[in-house]
Amino acid sequence: MTKDNMIQVQNLTKMFGDFTAVNNISFEVEKGEVFGFLGANGAGKTTAMKMLIGISKPTHGAATVAGYNVLTEAEQVKRNIGYMSQRFSLYNDLTIKENIVFFGGIYGLSSADIKEKSQAMINELGLHDMADSLVGSLPLGWKQKVAFSVALLHNPKIVFLDEPTGGVDPITRRQFWEMIYMEANRGVTIFVTTHYMDEAEYCDRVSIMVAGKIEALDTPKNLKRQFQVDSMNQVFLKLARNIE
Amino acid sequence: MNRFIGFIKKEFYHILRDRRSLFILFGMPIVQVMLFGFAITNEINNVDIAILDHSKDVNTKEIINKIATSKYFSIKGFISHEDEIESTFKKGKIKAVLNFEKDFGKNLVTQKKATVQILTDATDPNTANTISNYVGSILQNYQQELNKGLNMPYQIVPKTRMVFNPELKSVYMFVPGVMTIILMLVSAMMTSISITKEKELGTMEILLVSPLNPIQVIVGKVVPYILLSIINAAVIILLSIFVFKMPVQGSLFLLGAESTLFIVNALSLGILISTISSTQQTAMMISLMGLMLPVILLSGFIFPISSMPLPLQLISNIIPAKWFIMILKGIMLKGVGLAYVWKETLILIGMTIFFIALSVKKYKIRLE
Amino acid sequence: MSIILNNISKSYNKVKALDDISFEVKPGELFGLIGPDGAGKTTLFRILTTLLIQDGGKASVAGYDVQKQYKDIRNHVGYMPGRFSLYQDLTVEENLNFFATIFGTTIEENYDLIKDIYIQIEPFKARRAGKLSGGMKQKLALCCALIHKPKVLFLDEPTTGVDPVSRKEFWEMLKRLQQKDITILVSTPYMDEAELCDRIALITNGKILQINTPEAIIASFPKKIYKVRSSNTYQLIEDLRIYPDTHSAYPFGEYLHFTPKSEVFRSMDLTKYLAERHHKEIEVKETVATIEDTFMDLSKAHE
Repeated sequence: MTKDNMIQVQNLTKMFGDFTAVNNISFEVEKGEVFGFLGANGAGKTTAMKMLIGISKPTHGAATVAGYNVLTEAEQVKRNIGYMSQRFSLYNDLTIKENIVFFGGIYGLSSADIKEKSQAMINELGLHDMADSLVGSLPLGWKQKVAFSVALLHNPKIVFLDEPTGGVDPITRRQFWEMIYMEANRGVTIFVTTHYMDEAEYCDRVSIMVAGKIEALDTPKNLKRQFQVDSMNQVFLKLARNIE
Repeated sequence: MNRFIGFIKKEFYHILRDRRSLFILFGMPIVQVMLFGFAITNEINNVDIAILDHSKDVNTKEIINKIATSKYFSIKGFISHEDEIESTFKKGKIKAVLNFEKDFGKNLVTQKKATVQILTDATDPNTANTISNYVGSILQNYQQELNKGLNMPYQIVPKTRMVFNPELKSVYMFVPGVMTIILMLVSAMMTSISITKEKELGTMEILLVSPLNPIQVIVGKVVPYILLSIINAAVIILLSIFVFKMPVQGSLFLLGAESTLFIVNALSLGILISTISSTQQTAMMISLMGLMLPVILLSGFIFPISSMPLPLQLISNIIPAKWFIMILKGIMLKGVGLAYVWKETLILIGMTIFFIALSVKKYKIRLE
Repeated sequence: MSIILNNISKSYNKVKALDDISFEVKPGELFGLIGPDGAGKTTLFRILTTLLIQDGGKASVAGYDVQKQYKDIRNHVGYMPGRFSLYQDLTVEENLNFFATIFGTTIEENYDLIKDIYIQIEPFKARRAGKLSGGMKQKLALCCALIHKPKVLFLDEPTTGVDPVSRKEFWEMLKRLQQKDITILVSTPYMDEAELCDRIALITNGKILQINTPEAIIASFPKKIYKVRSSNTYQLIEDLRIYPDTHSAYPFGEYLHFTPKSEVFRSMDLTKYLAERHHKEIEVKETVATIEDTFMDLSKAHE
């Protein structure tokens, strides 16, 4: 294992009874990389991700995340990763500040630390007017930006993002991706799971899962060249069709 | 009509496929009746008691004999001094001590008044209360016999409180209450949940944007629960008749009709709840807090209304369950007919019409 | 006209969800309402399907007024709400049967219309709807909305949460339905789906930005647009932001879309600028605008 690999997956398999949800997958993600983990509903994406964040045990194979073994060092794994999903990320009935304090507390940040970080975050996102308003009243795009910052509160080495920008308006969406690129530039590894192919175009490298296996893994540019098409959407369609 | 039947069919699929709710729906009445009938009973049998007799005369002997031969008590010892009472209780076996005063028989004859102290272990207040009631009634019994022997016709024998439940069978008191709770729960909570579930799922939107009119939706939702509730009511009545040998004195037909009236009342409350709540969770909370608690606490099921403070007595009047329990007790225990419960019935009918009118008025043909 | 909206407005507690919306949809048209979450798409659908009453303005569907003749509309439209609203505990066939009966029809009567779609899910007809994949739920929901042969079909975000293969199949189905004289109003947050509609309305914050055919909207993009990339995307964004001739620079997949301020912009100038700032693998190419570029440009101008 090279030092720069933040995620290292070897022959990872997960079976539910006779059904193989994740079938012998292997890949690496480098430090500071924006890695797209794609697949249709039911292709095994979520199952694979659950194993990587230490909440599900692999049937076979091994994976290390941030240098820790997901099977034996799940607690350390959890301490070193951030997580944000489209469905749940912040409490709608708490204000932005209260959310920050709550999530900071969960990760054991000192109150001085939380204060400093929330001030920094409010400055960076330009949230002065909104810091005391309920998260539920924010537009979706803003919510997602705040959620991303909250996921970074405890300086994780890797952030897992689950369909972070689906349905977000195009301008806010781009601001979101700029935030992602900025964090990646600082050395944070970004792991994006999604089935929105246009989100995939923004990643440095993408893997495409079909029926539990990784069927393609490369930069979007190379994949498009390989399949002789001009969008990731078409790559996905071709891949799905070839396998059928 | 086809539309309507299709709708009801769908409702039955929902109910029959939700195994857990179905189990609760039909298991609950049985479990509750059994619980109240067997476990949470006010009856006592073979309670161990001790006697402290300072007098040791004919009268005390006779009383002790009476107690010893009753099936409720068994005398587990005689003590001779007040100091022993506490240690006797502490051993835990003895639940009551009868303390006859000195010269009990003499006082009875000369002063027409003698006292016996009934000491009960009040760590279990319910049992303690029952024990003293039982002992009290045995004493009264004896006193009555005594008076007869003395041939004193002017002596008025106090009536016992157990006129309609001579054996003090608590199950008789509980059946009407349990039946009321269950019908309320099934009818009101289940309907309100099933309507709000459609709102939560988003299927209500499709139903609204369809030619079904709101009345059809409501009635379609309600019909299956009317049937289920009637089955439940029947199960409870059959259980009490066959398992607890409870004689239903009045007309079964009247009982059925009154139960159906109460079911419709509860259903209209359920619909009303569903019009003001948007999630299953709120519907459930409102049903539990707004319906179940009053039914349990203020209907006279557990706590007698007559001993409540006046404001609560007044509030109890707007609780349909209170009137239904009165009707049930009338029909099941006293065997009275409609002539005696028409007032309660009329009140229930009035309430039902009010709730139905209110929920039809509140029912939205649109989303807001 | 199948759908007519005149100056429709709607507010929730002072928040304007729809602000003076007007447009028309022709019979047999496939009309797309394109905008992000919270733009007001669902509110608009609910007004047109008689589920909400507008605060101001008038609207009609299939010739019926949405407020006064709501019962007629409810007989003649098909509606598929945002989440595929199916009974999860009923099977595929039972769901379809149920919706057929409440609309006073049977599956057999209008089988022609749904046949293409239904045969794809028929093998699973005994399966409960809750156990279907997203794509199959979507197809079943469409069948249910179509079963009474509606004149107008409202589809609120039918492709959200559905994988690309199902999305593609879904649009193909819509194209075929159009041949059967059904007017379709569809909403989507995905800009790339806009091109599959006959005409589209771009909507954001309760306002319509533009209405036209997708081609005309793209052609209306007022500036030249370039795609730019280098080996370090983040640095590239930073450097383009301070480049004097930048009008806009947005990440756009693996490229950045860049529009210059000046008319005389030359791509070699930018290449040179980036090279001076130590960028590698620099690429600057003129490209064609997409709906998304237009959307961003218009919504920026609107602010």
